This record gives sequence, C-alpha cells and structure tokens, in this order.
Amino acid sequence: MAPLLEVKDMTHYFGGLRAVNNFNLTIEPGQINGLIGPNGAGKTTVFNLITGVYTPTEGSISLEGQNIKGLEIHEIASMGLGRTFQNLLLWRHMNVLDHIRMAHYSQLDYGLFGAFFGTRKSRREEKAVIENSYKLLEIFDISQFADHIVGNLPYGAQRRVEMARAMATNPKILFLDEPTAGMTPDELIRMIEIIRQVHRDFGVAIFLIEHRMKFVMELCESIQTLVFGEVIAEGPPEEIQNNPKVIEAYLGKEDVH
Amino acid sequence: MEYFLQNLINALQWGSFYAVISIGYSMVYGVLMLFNFAHGDIFMVGTYIGFGIATLLLALSSAFLPGWMIFILTVVVTMFLASFVGVFVEYVGYRPLRGAPRASAAITGLMIGIIFETGNLIILGAQRFSFPPLMESVSYNIGGVYFTNVKVLIIVASLVMMLALHTFIQKTKWGMAMRAMSYDFLAVPLMGVSINVIAPLTFAIGAGLASVAGILYGQAYPVLDPYMGILLGWKAFVAAILGGRGSIMGAALAGYLLGFIEIFVAMVFPSTFRDLIAYSIILVILTFRPRGFFGMAHSTRLRL
Repeated sequence: MAPLLEVKDMTHYFGGLRAVNNFNLTIEPGQINGLIGPNGAGKTTVFNLITGVYTPTEGSISLEGQNIKGLEIHEIASMGLGRTFQNLLLWRHMNVLDHIRMAHYSQLDYGLFGAFFGTRKSRREEKAVIENSYKLLEIFDISQFADHIVGNLPYGAQRRVEMARAMATNPKILFLDEPTAGMTPDELIRMIEIIRQVHRDFGVAIFLIEHRMKFVMELCESIQTLVFGEVIAEGPPEEIQNNPKVIEAYLGKEDVH
Repeated sequence: MEYFLQNLINALQWGSFYAVISIGYSMVYGVLMLFNFAHGDIFMVGTYIGFGIATLLLALSSAFLPGWMIFILTVVVTMFLASFVGVFVEYVGYRPLRGAPRASAAITGLMIGIIFETGNLIILGAQRFSFPPLMESVSYNIGGVYFTNVKVLIIVASLVMMLALHTFIQKTKWGMAMRAMSYDFLAVPLMGVSINVIAPLTFAIGAGLASVAGILYGQAYPVLDPYMGILLGWKAFVAAILGGRGSIMGAALAGYLLGFIEIFVAMVFPSTFRDLIAYSIILVILTFRPRGFFGMAHSTRLRL
C-alpha cells in the first residue's frame, strides 16, 4: 500500500534562489513527524509546497498514492490535508463556533436550492455539523468560548481554535506550523497533551514544524533537520539530538584556535 | 411634521435603491478585495432585463394572471437571468486578473461598464423605453402624509431582500465562506472552499439584488436609459465606502443615510444644490471616519 504522504525529490526555486533542494519525506498513517531547522531554512516553504500554495519546480508529491502536485489548495485540502499557520490565520471578527462550522464546508453537500428552501437534507446536514462542532470545541477545551469573537480570546485559545478548525476538515494528515509559537510554558504543556489526544482519538498523522526541541523530542517519531533548504539529518529524536551536524547548525561551529 | 414624515418616506424609498445596490459593491469587496466598478452598469442591464421580462409577461399573461403574480414572476426570472450577468462579468473580467494589481481590475470594471452601455445603445438604439407599471398605483393619505403602494412596496421589498441576504450570509456554508474571506483570504481554501465558486456566487448575488432594485426603480421612475446606472452606481459606491469597505450591514445603513441626506438637503436648500451639499457632508464624515462606519483595519496583504 502506498504511504499516506510521499514527497520525492522536491526542489523549488524562487527566481534564481533555490529555496528547497531535493526534499524527501514519507509519512505513514498515524505517524508524527517533525521538521526542525534554523530561521529561514525553508521549513514553511516546504509546508507551502506540499499544501499547494506554491507548486514545486521539480519532484512529486502524493497523498495516498494520488498525485497532488499542481492541484489547487482547496482540492488538496478536501483530499484530507489540514493545516495551521505560524502566525494564526483566523477570521478575527467571526465567533469560534462559526470557525468550526465553516471548516465543515466540503462535508456539506446540499445545494443552493436546499439552502433557500430549507430542505430536510440541508437541515439534517447542518445539524450534524453543529453537533460535530461542539464535540470538537469540547476536545480542544474551547467550548466556553463558542460564541466569543475569536479576536478577543487569549493567545493559547486562539491556537487551539485554529487547530480545531483544521481538524474539522476531517484531515488524514495535519500540518502544524510552530503550534507552540508565543505560548507560555503552561500553554505549551497543554498543547502537548492536546496534540497527543488528537493523535490518539482521531488517528491522524501529524507533520509539524517546531523550534522548541523539548516539544519535538517528546512528540515526534522521526525528525528531519532542514538547513538552507537541504535536509542535513534525519532520524529518531535521540539520534538527531546528538548529531554533530544538527548541533553545528543550531549552535554554530566549534572553533579551535 | 407632516412635511417631515412625507420626506422621511421619500428618503426611505430613495435610500432603498442606494442600500440594495451598494451591497453589491461591498460583498465583492469583502470577498475579492476589489471594487467592481461595472456594478452600476450591471444594475442598468438588470433593469433592462426586468423591463424585457415585465413587458413580455404583461403581453402574454395579463389576461389570466393577477398583477401581483406577474410582479413576483418578473422579479424571480429577472434575478435569475441577471445573476448570470454577474457571473459573466466575474468570469470574463476579473478571474483572469486574480493575481494582477488591483488597478487593473478597477480599469477592467470601468471598461466592462462602457461595453454594457454602448452595447445597449447598439442593440436597442437610442430610443428611450418606459418601464411598464406592474401594479396600479394607489395613493393613501394618513394624517396628511401621502404615500403610494409603490413606495411601500419598494421599501418593504428592499428590506425583505436584505434580510434574506443576511440570513444567507449568516447561516449557509457559502455565506460563511464569504464572511471568512473578508477576514482572511488564505485560510478559506484550506477548508476545501474554491474561490472559483465563491467569487461568481458573490457577483451573482450582487447582480441579482441590483436587478430587483432596477425593477423597483422602474416602478418609481419608469424612464430607462443606457446611462442610468452611472450616477446611481457611483452614489451607491460612495455608500459602500461610507459604510466601511466589505461591511454589508454598513453598506445598507449608509445607503439609507445617503438617501436621507439627499432628500433632507433638498428639503432645506434649492434642489440644484442637493448633490453639492449632500456629498460635502459625506466628505466631512469620511474625513473623521476614513474607514467608514463599520470598516475594519483591513490589511491589504494577501500573503502567508
């Protein structure tokens, strides 16, 4: 059987600049993989390439054996790829419940006719969506904010809204771009728990970018280190932690005078 | 007092046109962050479609259909046909320019408008048509305030349309996608939503609303003219700015406010000064509230 997500020899140029070089990745169902690297290494670019924001110059990407390279963002999303962003892309003046409802878009099948005349099908579907939305709010511990405008929530809660929204699209694989950026230590611990719970309850595979080593080490089964668009090390957390190349990339070379 | 109430009704009627038309500007701005400058001319085309349908229906079926049914049929059929005009404009004019600078889109809108105007002249000639009355006008006099059933219809029909739109925007998945897009553009496709569905739908709704406004306008001011959409369109655009770019409720309220200002200025000053004074007032308002009533600090970024 084909792996859940397979990226082969992905290379991308921005003009003359090679942003990503020969990137390979295989994620099996239910796996948690991590992508680390210093600032500007091209981590978010890798996310953007796989999720369809950019189309890679070379290489292939497939989801469950089906090619997704060159497809539109919304097509890739409805095939089962969910995503959150480093700097939160929420709809500031919408309430939390509407965020989660909106994310069910591709699971709602009723037409304009159904919407206007309130057919049984449209009402049944909308009801199911609202029920599922409340369930998600519960899981992400944001049900007390259901009718709050998202812009007014504490930062950690906003991050959980974004993740709940991504899960509402019913993804097979979830991309998390620095899920703990800007979080307090308490929120961080909570986030680890939530990611574990999501992983356990939904059986979703996760691919995450992260700066905090502790977080990555604790969650991921396999980690890739990206430096200047190139993977310099790949393997389980313990191996990465002690890899001299990784240490060099993060801490700089040890000069002996 | 009667004089005031009389003008209030006139202002409500006049503001209804602005409100319904300006919603079309605002919705498109909310979704695509550009102003569809062809909207005034879409209103004109919609009015002509309404005129054609009304004339046809009156000729074919006035013998056996009651007047109110002809009116409703005209509205429904016109809305349906006019929405395709909106879809057409989006598809031909704006879709190829999705990534282009917004000035290109503005110019395209103006050109489409000119094409509609001259196209109309070529096809229908320079003669002016008169919109057939779809109901017999009845005047009422309550406590010295005169009004007609047509005025009441215009006011009520506009409110009903705006309420229906509000429900659509709040409750349906497309409406939610439209709202979401007005806050952040990029996260919406990630929910599996295609912009190529939402954008034409937005144009279709705007054009449909404008065409009904056109039918109602034709009942109050029956003379049709290929250039009728220009001034009305510009003023509705002003209302959309005054209400706050992208805010539908703002556009509607500002449309009414514009109607009120125009009518009440004409009540006090000679009517030749009407637009000069009315729009000076609006300029002053915008000086103090450059974002309009409900405008957000809209970031113009379309990036990650």
